[in-house]
Amino acid sequence: MAFEQVEVTVDELKHLVSNQALEGETMLLNMGPQHPSTHGVLRLLLELDGERVVNCIPDIGYLHTGIEKNMEAKTYLQALVMTDRTDYLNTVGNNLVYCLAIEKLVELDVPPRALAIRVILTELTRIASHLVWLATHALDLAAMSVFLYCFRERELILDILEICSGQRMMTSYIRPGGLWRDVPAEFEPAVRQFLRLFPARIQQYERLLTKNPLFIDRTRKIAVISGEDAIGWGLSGPSLRASGVDWDLRKAVPYGGYDQYEFEVPLGAHGDVYDRYIVRMEEMRQSLRIVQQALDRLPAGPVRSDNRKFVPPPRSELAHSMEALIHHFKLWTEGFPAPKGAVYVAAESPRGELGCYLEGDGGPRPYRVYFRTPSFAHLQALPILAKGHLVADLVAIIGSLDIVLGDADR
Amino acid sequence: MDLVDRAVEILRGKMKDAIPAVETFRGETAVVVRPEAIAEACRLLRDDPRLRFDFLAALTAVDYWPDEPRFAVVYELYSIPHRVFLRLRVPLSSTAAEVPTIEGVYPNANWHEREVFDMFGITFVGHSDLRRVLMPFDWVGHPLRKDYPLGYEEVQFSFNHEEIDRKKPYAQE
Repeated sequence: MAFEQVEVTVDELKHLVSNQALEGETMLLNMGPQHPSTHGVLRLLLELDGERVVNCIPDIGYLHTGIEKNMEAKTYLQALVMTDRTDYLNTVGNNLVYCLAIEKLVELDVPPRALAIRVILTELTRIASHLVWLATHALDLAAMSVFLYCFRERELILDILEICSGQRMMTSYIRPGGLWRDVPAEFEPAVRQFLRLFPARIQQYERLLTKNPLFIDRTRKIAVISGEDAIGWGLSGPSLRASGVDWDLRKAVPYGGYDQYEFEVPLGAHGDVYDRYIVRMEEMRQSLRIVQQALDRLPAGPVRSDNRKFVPPPRSELAHSMEALIHHFKLWTEGFPAPKGAVYVAAESPRGELGCYLEGDGGPRPYRVYFRTPSFAHLQALPILAKGHLVADLVAIIGSLDIVLGDADR
Repeated sequence: MDLVDRAVEILRGKMKDAIPAVETFRGETAVVVRPEAIAEACRLLRDDPRLRFDFLAALTAVDYWPDEPRFAVVYELYSIPHRVFLRLRVPLSSTAAEVPTIEGVYPNANWHEREVFDMFGITFVGHSDLRRVLMPFDWVGHPLRKDYPLGYEEVQFSFNHEEIDRKKPYAQE
């Protein structure tokens, strides 16, 4: 490939800032990419009038790893491993949405026990992700101790993931047609222990923040967005619900057996940073409810579909079944073919709508995988939210959107 | 009547020439729209009180190289009041990889269109700020095109260490 020098002239970028910037009346300042409050490698080019943000120009792509391109070169099952790496705080949820897309594309059924375990693990991951959000958001607003408490509880969830999959974060535990294996005996006591412990811990965080005047001063009436604008700018998940729009994909387009569980969708009223905080705190409680119900009603049975064209047979069958050996060989060398056609599946990630557009071409490799990631959508609303606020508030605004740069850049 | 069927009927009624086909697969409906009519179709779907597809969930593209029409731009619309998805597909030939922007209808199309421009080199006519978004500004080529090589780095072992080292672009004096 020929490399040519590409020059970017001032004229091409002039429209991004106001005229005062060109005359030197306002200041242009780089925030990031290595700035602790940008939660990763996000660069913001700020146009400042004193401490006020006149324009905010996000520059992303520092964590772009070409995951979509890479997945096209792998079989459906190999590509699953890469989904963990997009949104690294919602690893189980990424596996889930990709597997749901495959299952829809090839019409594969999942046994009820696998569905219930999937729900338990995704909801626990949601809590873990919200804990990282709360920890860093509070730390950005100078509440150091919350950070330590949140990471203490997150560790319990990562332990549960490790019990199931052997991995703390990049689990790849959810597979097309079910799960990698059944959960071991230690799983249920560990989850029950967490369910007993965690409600009191949420109260502990809330005692530190919810009525704390310093926290309220920094968050109330900051970055207010109306429900209509939020929809127009593609906000989803807790950030949209904080503006009072009742839309949760788990309720609206139930997937993966979520319609069997009772839970409420917490809504905010003002659409500011504080309401986004309240909504997420309440969401953690609702996730606990879902986990409790799923664990109490956990059905017995297999955790993988027995459709051998897509799901490998258990190892024990290989020794005495010729057919099982053939399936094993075909699935691990060539992979399974998927028909020509496209599906779009959306799931509720901790951040918002995580969509997977999957197109097959009849071969064993995905022809096109596209992840509609909530962080990407939320970051483009940042300039609208930040306009007119102080630089210190910008830190709170980034925190309230709960962005993960791996999710935005893929 | 199903809301998706109603949407297709309304689109056909208002702009029959611009809808060459409607595809259904696995219970999902994709309406094929001619490029010049896409903004109009989106506006119709969003503003019609019976439909209200108010949320642009996703916007991406697919490259069918070496087939023609080479590209398809995919719009995934969602109606929050009615809780239904609808997909629009715009096929584009490689000689005229251009489609009007829908930024005026859905503001959040801005970055999604930038991403498609970055990854596929499809131009969105009338876009307010069509720059690369994920790749560096001086990048050459569009990575998600099918004729763009994936690229690998050879693994270094003791037997080929020197050979690989010679090819590395160390800074010259």
